[in-house]
Amino acid sequence: MLDKKTPSIDVSDLTFSYADKTILNIPQFTLDRASSVAVIGPSGCGKTTFLHLLAGLIRPNAGRIEVLGQRLDELKAASLDRFRGRHIGLVFQRLHLLPALNVRDNVLLAQRLSGSGGDAGRVAALFDQLELSGLEHRMPSMLSQGQAQRVAIARALVHGPELIMADEPTSALDDGHAERALALLQSSARSVGAALLVVTHDQRVRGRLDGELDLEVAP
Amino acid sequence: MTWLRLAIANLRLSPLTSAVNMLLMALGTASIVLLMLAGSQLSETMTRDAGGIDLVLGSTGSPVQLVLSAVYHADLPPGNISLEDAEQWADDPRVRTAIPLSLGDSYRGHRIVGTTPEYAELYGAGLASGRFWNETLEAVVGSAAAQSAGLSPGASFEGSHGLESGGQRHDSHPYRVVGVLEPTGTVVDRLILTSLESVWDLHGAGDDDHDDEHGHDDDDDEHGHDDDDDEHGHDDDDDEHGHDGDGHEDDDHADDAHDHEDEPEHDSGHDRHDSSAEITAMLLTYQSPMAALTLPRQVNAEGKLQAAAPAIEIARILQLVGIGLDGLSAFAWVLILTAALSVFAALYGSLRARRSDLAILRCLGATRGELLLALILEGLLLSLVGVVLGFLVAHGAMELLGGWLESTRGVVLTGWTWIPEETLLLFSLFGVGAIAAAIPAVQAYRTDVARVLAEA
Repeated sequence: MLDKKTPSIDVSDLTFSYADKTILNIPQFTLDRASSVAVIGPSGCGKTTFLHLLAGLIRPNAGRIEVLGQRLDELKAASLDRFRGRHIGLVFQRLHLLPALNVRDNVLLAQRLSGSGGDAGRVAALFDQLELSGLEHRMPSMLSQGQAQRVAIARALVHGPELIMADEPTSALDDGHAERALALLQSSARSVGAALLVVTHDQRVRGRLDGELDLEVAP
Repeated sequence: MTWLRLAIANLRLSPLTSAVNMLLMALGTASIVLLMLAGSQLSETMTRDAGGIDLVLGSTGSPVQLVLSAVYHADLPPGNISLEDAEQWADDPRVRTAIPLSLGDSYRGHRIVGTTPEYAELYGAGLASGRFWNETLEAVVGSAAAQSAGLSPGASFEGSHGLESGGQRHDSHPYRVVGVLEPTGTVVDRLILTSLESVWDLHGAGDDDHDDEHGHDDDDDEHGHDDDDDEHGHDDDDDEHGHDGDGHEDDDHADDAHDHEDEPEHDSGHDRHDSSAEITAMLLTYQSPMAALTLPRQVNAEGKLQAAAPAIEIARILQLVGIGLDGLSAFAWVLILTAALSVFAALYGSLRARRSDLAILRCLGATRGELLLALILEGLLLSLVGVVLGFLVAHGAMELLGGWLESTRGVVLTGWTWIPEETLLLFSLFGVGAIAAAIPAVQAYRTDVARVLAEA
């Protein structure tokens, strides 16, 4: 849907307030296609709020957000949900795998909700790539933290999103797991040509991505 | 399909809660359906068993009892009446057909009915085998009676005094089966028919004590036998049928007003009886519906006999039965309401635990409307399984109950039927499930994704 020059994210004059308190104020931010950025800052500076705004889960008080060339404020609620499902992959610190579904169905559900359901070959390839083969029929409660994280990443990638956003993907992990999780996100985004935005306060992430947006010092 | 699979998976996640909800819904549904099936079929059976009979003439007393005893063979008759009195009305021009009935004996729970072949015709019961009776103590057996008592043409059996089992047997006067009727699904299936004369011969026609056979006026001798040595009051041992001299003088009726040779429709088939001969009831059909306006009133005004219209008494009985069924139905609806509340509680209670699931579904591209439908689908699934199970249980139970009632009470009920009200009930119960899920579904619709994810 995009030409190569259209940025994955283009934000200008963004303001978000809650209870008369300005949580977020970003005059300008751009993330180019297939590039990556770490959104950093201390707790409470609005990192997660920024991710939610970019995902269309909440609406800003003012400003413009364009994701993959689409102005989010032009979309109605249901269309915004569809847009998110089709073009964005989200990974959270708490992985939120659906406990009622096994690994395979968790991933397939995401594929179906994105409207690109039925590509079993892609699911199998992704499982191979993320070393999940053999775990397809396990329930989430039977997975290790590392396995569950890979399933969450598989779920975010299965529909071939053009933008991957992760919220504190390494915060609760030890160094080894944090390194692997970050590497996995980067390689996965690269493999599908997606832009990657990682919201984190984890110092271990600093310097690992193409750019940084420090919300504490955001102009 | 995606949402259906997810709904099923969610229900399987809490199997005990889901099973309890389904069971509650199944119990409520089964109770209602069972009552509906019983009520509907009872009404149908009673109407069918009335066989187009417009009026029953019998002894004075309760009209309901008269109809129950003479039409449905489900109660003791109020007493006997004079055949002569009954035939006065049978000859009335407003009457099209008149069929006499004489009760008193039974065999293995099946009533032996002294009557005419027209009685079988009334229910469209043709002969499956054999023939109708030509002589006394020949019997034609209804299909169900033949099956349960193991009777077929050529077989013989001894009737017992009284209409319930356990009465004294007529050991020396066995009946001989000469025919078996085709099944009709009516009361005649479980009866044993014979001639009026057979009944009279066994009990002594004109014997006033015959009244006592019905056990309503007698204190200590149910069948009113004056002579202990002769249980049927037969004066003449040489007379196989026990006619005493006064009992059956054929001429008494041969030439008088009771001679029906030229009126086949009114031919009661009893070719010999005296003026004191008694029957239990006379079943009448009208020449025209207008007779209903005048004939019963005249009969009752005269006072000798009682006239009871089955249609009116059926309505009265069904009204009484209906009150009971309504009470049970109300209880069943309480069960349904409990099930609905349980479905509501289960879905509502699980919402808190599933808030992050709902939030992540939104992140994956599900719309608010889809989450609303997903929760309603879960409620519907819970009720669907419960309702379907309830219908299966109800129909199965009705089939079992019907089999037992048919063998013990002769009441034909089946589970292999579907009444129109069930379709309405089916959709109503799905509606109940959807309504029970509505509030949780609206809560799911309103899920604040960002807040839930932030709190998580």
